[in-house]
Amino acid sequence: MRILDSLRFRMASLFQRSKMHAEIEEELRLHIQHRADDLERSGVARAEAERRARIEFGGREKYKEEIHRATGGNFIASFLQDARYSLRMLRKSPGFTAAAVLTLALAIGANAVVFGLMDGLILRPLNVPQSESLYGTHYGNNPGWQSYPNYLDLRDRNRSFEDLAAFNMVLGVGLDTGKDAIVANGFAATGNYFDVMRIQPYLGRFFHSSDEHGPNSAPYIVLTYAYWHSRFHDDRGVVGRQVRLDKHPFTILGVTPPGFQGTLLFLTPDFFMPIVNQEQLGTESLNTRWTEHTVFESLGHLKPGVTPAMAVADVDAVGAYLERTYPKEFGHKTTVLSREGLTSFGPAVRAFVAGLTLLAGLILLAACANLGSLFSARAADRSREVALRLALGSSRKRILRQQLTEAVLISLAGGAVGLLGSVALLRRLSTWQFIPNVPLHIPVALDAKLYVVAFVLALVSGLLFGIVPVRQVLRANPYEIVKAGSSGRVGRRLTVRDVLLVVQIAICAVLVTSSMVAVRGLVRSLHSNFGFDPRDTMVVGVNLATIDLSADKVPAMQRRMIDALKTIRGVESVGLVNGYPPLVYTASIRANVFKEETSDLRPANAAIAPFRYDVSPGYFEAAGTSLLAGRSLSWQDDKNAPAVAVINQNFADRIFGSVANAVGRNYKLQDGTHVQVVGVAENGKYMSLTEDQEPAMFLPFLQSPMSDAYLVVRSKRDPQQLASAIRSKIRELDAGLPVDTETWSNLLNVVLFPSRIATMALGVMGVMGAMLSITGIFGMAAYSVSKRMKELGIRMALGAQRREVLMAALGRPLKLLAFGSAAGLLLGLLATRVLAFIVYQATPRDPLVLAGVVLAMSLLGLLATWIPAQRALSVNPSILLREE
Amino acid sequence: MTDQAQILPGTLDLLILRAVSLGALHGYGILLRIGQISDNALLIEQGALYPGLFRLVRQGLLKSSWGTSENNRRAKFYELTAAGRKRLRQETDSWNRLATAIACALAERPEEA
Repeated sequence: MRILDSLRFRMASLFQRSKMHAEIEEELRLHIQHRADDLERSGVARAEAERRARIEFGGREKYKEEIHRATGGNFIASFLQDARYSLRMLRKSPGFTAAAVLTLALAIGANAVVFGLMDGLILRPLNVPQSESLYGTHYGNNPGWQSYPNYLDLRDRNRSFEDLAAFNMVLGVGLDTGKDAIVANGFAATGNYFDVMRIQPYLGRFFHSSDEHGPNSAPYIVLTYAYWHSRFHDDRGVVGRQVRLDKHPFTILGVTPPGFQGTLLFLTPDFFMPIVNQEQLGTESLNTRWTEHTVFESLGHLKPGVTPAMAVADVDAVGAYLERTYPKEFGHKTTVLSREGLTSFGPAVRAFVAGLTLLAGLILLAACANLGSLFSARAADRSREVALRLALGSSRKRILRQQLTEAVLISLAGGAVGLLGSVALLRRLSTWQFIPNVPLHIPVALDAKLYVVAFVLALVSGLLFGIVPVRQVLRANPYEIVKAGSSGRVGRRLTVRDVLLVVQIAICAVLVTSSMVAVRGLVRSLHSNFGFDPRDTMVVGVNLATIDLSADKVPAMQRRMIDALKTIRGVESVGLVNGYPPLVYTASIRANVFKEETSDLRPANAAIAPFRYDVSPGYFEAAGTSLLAGRSLSWQDDKNAPAVAVINQNFADRIFGSVANAVGRNYKLQDGTHVQVVGVAENGKYMSLTEDQEPAMFLPFLQSPMSDAYLVVRSKRDPQQLASAIRSKIRELDAGLPVDTETWSNLLNVVLFPSRIATMALGVMGVMGAMLSITGIFGMAAYSVSKRMKELGIRMALGAQRREVLMAALGRPLKLLAFGSAAGLLLGLLATRVLAFIVYQATPRDPLVLAGVVLAMSLLGLLATWIPAQRALSVNPSILLREE
Repeated sequence: MTDQAQILPGTLDLLILRAVSLGALHGYGILLRIGQISDNALLIEQGALYPGLFRLVRQGLLKSSWGTSENNRRAKFYELTAAGRKRLRQETDSWNRLATAIACALAERPEEA
């Protein structure tokens, strides 16, 4: 209470200085008037009475000054004095100042960048009203809530959501304005989507549930503000205009408000279209219940009072009902509800950001330890000055305040520089399209919060390293110090500085170790066996749904394309796969597989759920996948032939016991089809590099044709030339067919993206850690040498060898370095268990990493002690001893 | 006026608290009251009162408000807060103990004389 009062008084005195001045003036004047009244009453003339009252009052200015001091009013004045003094001191040692500011700029910059990411990815909810009650069913819950009929049942049967909307992604759609056709990406959303989001259009209107009248009944699209701005140049006349999506006419209804960018953080759509029309763009039929591809996510606001746990139970109950009612078509694991935006990547993203935050925090801690030891060394050097000030009557409080002011000034300068750097970096990050032609981006927050965080971090770290030398000042005995002279004692015992240096080096070694583990993991994952050979391979996306072609002619057209591409010079083999090839866009299809003897084909009875690829003859050659047994697929495996498959080794081992056993055996698909195994292919990676070994099956594409397919072309020719040759070949077959070419290696970048980013981030942190340890060791070594110049001079004069001089000067810093590195290495190895979560094959038990860390830390030590060592060796005893 | 005693450092606050404890007063009134209750035995320069007053307000022991004095002039009146009343009690006790102890010590005659 009293603290509050005092604080309020202080604040009042800060902000109402002039008012206070006037009030004090008035009060003193009235005092004199009262005194004069009394004197006048005793018979003195008024003028004389006032004169005497003034004299009796005493020095008015002096008392006013005292009043100001009594009310803490001179706080600002003394702060300015401290600041001016600190600036003078800092200017006197520019090297120290620059090093300190730079160190903090790095540390605070790193933290600001990480905070910007955290804010964008985790803290900031979707930009819609009441987003805190917005929850959705997880993507990846196949084949449950990823199908439209199941969504409808969930929407109508749940009792937890106020209303449930759903959306699907429609990627790579040709959007033709009549002038030009450009590939765009959109969301196919249910009619109630915008109403569930509770947003209003910026222009025109949105589509609503009332617009839906069965399949393909609502040919409307809504543009996002950004797309309207870039493609339509803010033309308000677009409302009502017709465009074509993959040849189908759609009417532009309106534009979303600027802040709304869909309900996924990583992917910003260009347009929204009603989900009832998405079949026109070549997705599966909306009526199919067993698919996993007609809905990406369902989402809605929970009713007031409904907790996420209650909602999960409710959704699971609907799931159980559907499982009973449609045992063959519905299967679902337990439901997970998530806050919208990150979908099933949420946990991984959160873990990654948490890891980064931790590392950035460590960097800041190391920087503070670094600056703390620098400040403490500086305080030791300035002990004479402090002693003099104490002897001259300055209070210890005042001296401490001045030193803290110095620390805070440095940290604020460092914070400002760091913030500038991080803002620039975040700007680049937010516009960075890390995978060409893929509408993914990193959501980054750049707002006032970032500035506040940087300011607070700077202030806190300034106080943190500023208080390190406090004990020194408090214990300072002016008499002893002034008497002892500048050489001081050379401490033999463990000092605060030593501990700080060890802590700092340990932290830096942790950073260096983690970054090395991450880099090694990435290198290894680039050279691991994918089960195919992505080098010299072009992946060509061709969606025949974009042209007028009846479904029964699709396989023939696809065969013509394969044959045409084979005629290109330098092409070794060509194959086709329905949907995405392995490791592309982390998209893949799984299908339930039953043993031959299973008769009850409910999903729960499935033996395994392998990845399913429908491929053409020649695919294995083109992909570079080798067959271990049996035969490949052929053109005779068509609709009229019995169902056959090539399975991978893992499939064979798990269902048939061994590769040799598998060929010629049978298994069943969900729809009851008996499939005969004709060959076994090598194992591989299918959805992500970090997955465990998974089963996979390759079925003949002629037995389940699909218009959306990728051609795999193997050729050693230059990718650019090859791509244009491919394009012109396909244009010969159909002039209007959009072709999308990319090398398989480039597409792998998408899969590698998380570990790339992780490695990059860790690499940067590692480099920062290394820099911090250099400055730390350098500071310590240089200080130790400069303190002991005289001693070294005497040693040399007495005939010490160079080695002995070096040992005397640098032995201690090097010992601390070794100790800190060892501690850091151990901690780092423990920390890499966490890394294995994100970085593929991050194993700490890697002799190369161990050796690398030891080598790196020794090199750093050598580098950091080089200059001090030179200085120690160049000591000229005769000059040095003459000086004092 | 000549036999007035210089007050001990730190005792002015106590005197102010005591003076104000009898009712709200303005600055000049406090001086008069101190003179009255101490039989004009203490010498206080008039201006010296004010830093003490502001300090006590800042410590939350006094509170102030503007009003009209008996001379029909504007004046700032001071009165004790609850904390001030408590502090006055404590300070009075410790002053009494100290005064008794010192008086006792001074009254004692040297043993070995």
